[in-house]
Amino acid sequence: MTLTTQEQTAQVVDLITVVIDGFEVSVPKGTLVIRAAEKLGIQIPRFCDHPLLDPVGACRQCLVDIEINGRAFPKPQASCTIPVEPGMIVKTQLTSPVAEKAQKGNMEFLLINHPLDCPVCDKGGECPLQNQAMSNGRADSRFDGTKRTFEKPINISSQVLLDRERCILCARCTRFSDQIAADPFITLNERGALQQVGIYENQPFESYFSGNTVQICPVGALTGASYRFRARPFDLVSTPSACEHCASGCSLRTDVRRSKTLRRLAGDDPEVNEEWNCDKGRWAFKYVTAPDRLTHPMVRDASGELQVASWPEAIAAAANGLRGKRAGVLVGGRVTVEDAYGYSKFARVALGTNDIDFRARISSDEEREFLAAKAVGSKTSNADIDRADFVLLVGFETEEESPIVFLRIHKQVRKRGLKVTAIASKLSIGNEKLKANFISVAPGTEAEAIAKQELTAQSVILVGERASESAGALSAVVALADRTGAKVAWIPRRAGERGALEAGAIGNVLPGGRPVTDAAARADVSAVWGVEKLPTEIGLSSEDIFAAVNSDQIHALVVGGIDPRDSGNNAAAIKALKSAFVVSLEIRPSEVTKIADVVLPVAAVPEKSGSFMNWEGRSRSFEVAVPDSLNRSDVRILSMISEELARPIGITSVKSAAKEFASFGDWDGERAPFAAVPPIEQIKINPDQARLTSWRRLLDESSLQEGEDNLAGTARKSVVVISTKRATALGVADGDSVRVSNEHGAIVLPVLIEAIHDDAVWLPRNSRGSHVLATLGVASGSLVTVVKD
Amino acid sequence: MAFTDQDIHVMDSIIKRYPRSRSAIMPLLHYVQSREGFITNEGIELIAKKLELATAEVSAVSTFYTQYKRKPVGEYHVGVCTNTLCAVMGGDAIFAGLKDHLGLENDGVTEDGKVSLEHIECNAACDYAPVVMANWEFYDNQTVQSAKDLVDAIREGNPPAPTRGPNSLPTWKENSAVLAGLSDGRAGEGVQAGEPSLLGLKLSKNQNGAK
Amino acid sequence: MTTLTPVLSAHWDEKDSFTIAGYKRHDGYKAAEKALKMEPDAVIQLIKDSGLRGRGGAGFPTGMKWGFIPQGDNKDHYLVVNADESEPGTCKDMPLLLANPHVLVEGMIIASYAIRAKYAFVYVRGEVTHVVRRVQQAIQDAYAAGYLGKNIFGSGVDLELVLHVGAGAYICGEETALLDSLEGFRGQPRLRPPFPAIAGLYARPTVVNNVESISSVPSIINRGAEWFSSMGTEKSKGMTIYSLSGHVTNPGQIEAPLGITLRELLDLAGGVREGHQLKFWTPGGSSTPIFTAAQLDTPLDYEGVAAAGSMLGTKALQIFDETTCVVRAVLRWSEFYKHESCGKCTPCREGTYWLVQILRDLENGKGSEADLAKLLDLCENILGRAFCALGDGATSPITSSIKHFRDEYIAHFTHGGCPFDPYASTLFASAKAGA
Repeated sequence: MTLTTQEQTAQVVDLITVVIDGFEVSVPKGTLVIRAAEKLGIQIPRFCDHPLLDPVGACRQCLVDIEINGRAFPKPQASCTIPVEPGMIVKTQLTSPVAEKAQKGNMEFLLINHPLDCPVCDKGGECPLQNQAMSNGRADSRFDGTKRTFEKPINISSQVLLDRERCILCARCTRFSDQIAADPFITLNERGALQQVGIYENQPFESYFSGNTVQICPVGALTGASYRFRARPFDLVSTPSACEHCASGCSLRTDVRRSKTLRRLAGDDPEVNEEWNCDKGRWAFKYVTAPDRLTHPMVRDASGELQVASWPEAIAAAANGLRGKRAGVLVGGRVTVEDAYGYSKFARVALGTNDIDFRARISSDEEREFLAAKAVGSKTSNADIDRADFVLLVGFETEEESPIVFLRIHKQVRKRGLKVTAIASKLSIGNEKLKANFISVAPGTEAEAIAKQELTAQSVILVGERASESAGALSAVVALADRTGAKVAWIPRRAGERGALEAGAIGNVLPGGRPVTDAAARADVSAVWGVEKLPTEIGLSSEDIFAAVNSDQIHALVVGGIDPRDSGNNAAAIKALKSAFVVSLEIRPSEVTKIADVVLPVAAVPEKSGSFMNWEGRSRSFEVAVPDSLNRSDVRILSMISEELARPIGITSVKSAAKEFASFGDWDGERAPFAAVPPIEQIKINPDQARLTSWRRLLDESSLQEGEDNLAGTARKSVVVISTKRATALGVADGDSVRVSNEHGAIVLPVLIEAIHDDAVWLPRNSRGSHVLATLGVASGSLVTVVKD
Repeated sequence: MAFTDQDIHVMDSIIKRYPRSRSAIMPLLHYVQSREGFITNEGIELIAKKLELATAEVSAVSTFYTQYKRKPVGEYHVGVCTNTLCAVMGGDAIFAGLKDHLGLENDGVTEDGKVSLEHIECNAACDYAPVVMANWEFYDNQTVQSAKDLVDAIREGNPPAPTRGPNSLPTWKENSAVLAGLSDGRAGEGVQAGEPSLLGLKLSKNQNGAK
Repeated sequence: MTTLTPVLSAHWDEKDSFTIAGYKRHDGYKAAEKALKMEPDAVIQLIKDSGLRGRGGAGFPTGMKWGFIPQGDNKDHYLVVNADESEPGTCKDMPLLLANPHVLVEGMIIASYAIRAKYAFVYVRGEVTHVVRRVQQAIQDAYAAGYLGKNIFGSGVDLELVLHVGAGAYICGEETALLDSLEGFRGQPRLRPPFPAIAGLYARPTVVNNVESISSVPSIINRGAEWFSSMGTEKSKGMTIYSLSGHVTNPGQIEAPLGITLRELLDLAGGVREGHQLKFWTPGGSSTPIFTAAQLDTPLDYEGVAAAGSMLGTKALQIFDETTCVVRAVLRWSEFYKHESCGKCTPCREGTYWLVQILRDLENGKGSEADLAKLLDLCENILGRAFCALGDGATSPITSSIKHFRDEYIAHFTHGGCPFDPYASTLFASAKAGA
């Protein structure tokens, strides 16, 4: 395997020089003629061609004349399927009458059965077929026959509609679904002139990536239900942006009309998302314009009611409540780097504490040490996946929890048979698609399986945030990486966590990965911040902060966009929030709003500028997409509170936050130490008991997906998953009701018998009818009772 | 109809013929027709499950090929070649005659479910034109009348034997099983060749005889 | 007069010609036994020396095709026989398989050995149940005799031979579409390169040969390359099966040396049906541009037919006399191409859809000379622009018929419909005339 690396590094790019329309161009060997022409700025018309899909040569629009070393092809060739060769002379439509006629003739064929409904078509104005017809087509049609008609449009899922009359059968969508998403739910059906894209009647196009087909459709055949008939492309203002939904870090384009986001498209970033994104990133944005958005500051009055207040009043109330109290800071996982930096500095400078944690979810101290020692500053990247000999997945479901990482791995699996191993209790759909070697473990016993893996220095271990739910798992990962030299990447689910870690929004790390306990590191930070001293003790974790409130040690909380129901201990979290003085920075009313003392509305992502740091540590910056919002970024509000507290953090804008954070640079000292944690001994379970395992599905009942009914319609159905052995013991078959319960509550769902560890039972963590943390109060590894309902 | 364990067993044996399981999709579709008479959703879903494919991938294949039927055909499916040569030689007249005689349009099925009618493309028997196929067995050198007699006999439960085929006409389902690669033990029945196939051989023997 | 050369068809008149016993009575499987004792490369060389060219239409040298398979590449190799005979007019492989399936099985054994394939497939079209039975029985009997399976002929060589039955798609006769179909996909043609010899079935080196080509192999092994190449013409060696159909007194299969003319074949077959004259004919199926009486003396070999502006194709000689309306004939073929277009590429899918509409109008007397110009222009936009040869084939009958029978097209719209009586061209009409 190391040999391959050497070969790759030693490989010199072989350039081939060809002549296109009289101009020489040198391109790497293997380059297709159509792309060599692009390099010269010569646009050969095309429909089926897509640089990220296998060439198919179906639409025949890109025909050009080619000769090689004086030998001319007898007929024009599809430039999208032919790689350059030495001595090649290409004549496109610009210089060859034959190519020009071939293209014109083909255009005419494409249009005979295409409806003339451009005025009512969503694609109108940004339609490659329309553009091509305008620039190269005939002014009038020679076709006076009968056009092919189909029922139009048909729903192929709750969010994608198909108009078969408009379809030109370029097969981009079907190739995408098969080759990229590995969801071959749409196919070409029938034959000849009746050929049409379609689904199997009992299986809608429910792919997490279906929206990409709408984006790459070169006509208006595939449209999104949410955007259909909503706007004209020329009425939209487009802003490059970054996705706030997960740590994959997709670059996006946000299209806004009159202060309202109407659609989001995948941006083009070869190093991250190529030209794809997931349906959540594309279609979950209505939360920004939800009617219940918080717009004014509110302060709880003496009678316990929240009253609208002016900003100065609210800031004063917040400062008054915090002043003189020991306070903790709880930061949601979707903060931008700049806001996280604001919270980090606010905790230390304004509140004088390291009691800050961005992990608004189940977490562990083992994880926090792992983050400070191994994850912060990590340079493991997508490129490492591209080169990897093995990918090991631990506590991480790529397709559900970071879908573009899934696409990245799948590409390598498809291209070169990259081997993937997944250590999990249940085999997921995503891992099936990755042809992963599924190592089935009882929840809580991951560490043992990790220790047995054989990897190389070219391997990559991708660890999800759920690894923290199994004691010893992260310790085993560290040991495995140390033993084999494999690279490790920590891939949290939420978009803001990596940035928050780097910004120091956690109790053991200061900005730039500087250990809190390291005097030199603290000195660095003190210097930038202009403060004399910083707290020296490692702060409390989020769970410990709640506990500290409940044991009367902490009396105030600054809360930025968390949901206490995501906590590993719901009851304690809610109790703590009720008893402490709470300043809440939020975009919409939440569980926290109900009990907060001061509520400060903040800007949602499209309303502000800033950046996320994706799992690679790569900055994903974005500009304001909705320009006239009055909402402010968290960091500005924190700055105002700090001034009121007379301990100013001095960051009055996102820009200044970014600038100041950047001034830290990388920490070149020792990372925080990591002390391995042993796994917890597992007790034997009774036959009607199981160890719970669960994860969040990409499409579920998360707050950022509220109101997206079309999207929700494609979510995977809620089921409880058990093994064949358990199903036999319970006497249940697929679809029967099964009850999963503990002392807190019960969840009843139809059962699905699948590849899962015999000791385990799986539930979707936050899906319809299955809110595991809220109902059962636990998530992974805990004992539950499983019975036939 | 539900597929039985025996069906699953047969399907497994079909899959085993191939180095890669997906190749079995076509014989499995023929097999579904042999059990169900046409391609049912149940059949598609079963094949998808057996071959670990998406159902869409199976239905995409089934809709590509003319012989896979989306709705029930007759117990005896009659095809009249109306490609140019047969059409000219009388296939058009035969097809029109049968439509009229049976009161069917193309792809229609008689009410008794006995006969369905389809115009078909060249069936590689041009030297026997005009050709009619019943359950994909050859009825050579047909006339309008002989074709009507054929469908009448079928409806009376007494179909004549194919010209070049087994000694009696199997049903649609029986022959679908043959197309799935399952032997019905009838390969030995019927002629080895019709007269036109032997034309050159006879002429050659005459040439040699002349010498 | 050319001496006929029945080799493949030599014993079709024996009642049990299709059985293993009937086949073995005439040295059946002796060639395989002999070949398995030769070096595989020597077998390839022998076929190269014989000059055998593909009988499926393209005429590519068979031995050379085998020689393209990379050797010592540690990959599985495959032999696939194309028995998807569906080109309109073509009717040679089906009678061959009905009467003597074992010659194909034996040919496949030899070819597989030569190209080092352990798996071979025969893809038979689905609309011929009895042919399927015969092929299947032959394979079964060959297994039972130890000619297939493990250690065939005690040679230490293994070979699995699988019958695969199509389901009604002309396009699957195109070799890459056939491979996709055999892999369990919709039978649409693949991009080339890579060619099947490098990445064919399951992306492994694969030879795809026609039934008649492979069936010719045992006789070459038995009688030698020189014997084979002594037949035929300079570049078109050996014997082949010509299929006469249509308005001919005695339609049927005639096995003759390549290069025989239609005049000779018609003479042998008793001429055009009594009382009628040859109007037009296809040399090799509907995709080959039509000829008229002017080409009666064209040698029917690869070069001769090409020089005369058409293609030898499958040697499917469809004979049409003066009672036949050429517009109707061409419309029917066009409808066929429309029905059988796989849908993958624009020119073929949309072009055939359009051509049919224009031709229907013309046949019904609607249209003008401008429509002929339009037809020709559309054909120009399909020919050489489509993904595979199906699109090209669709244009052949149209362009060639307009070339030869422009006036007849025009007569349709001056007459306000078809001036022909379709009954006059039927077999029953001639039967009546004869009676």
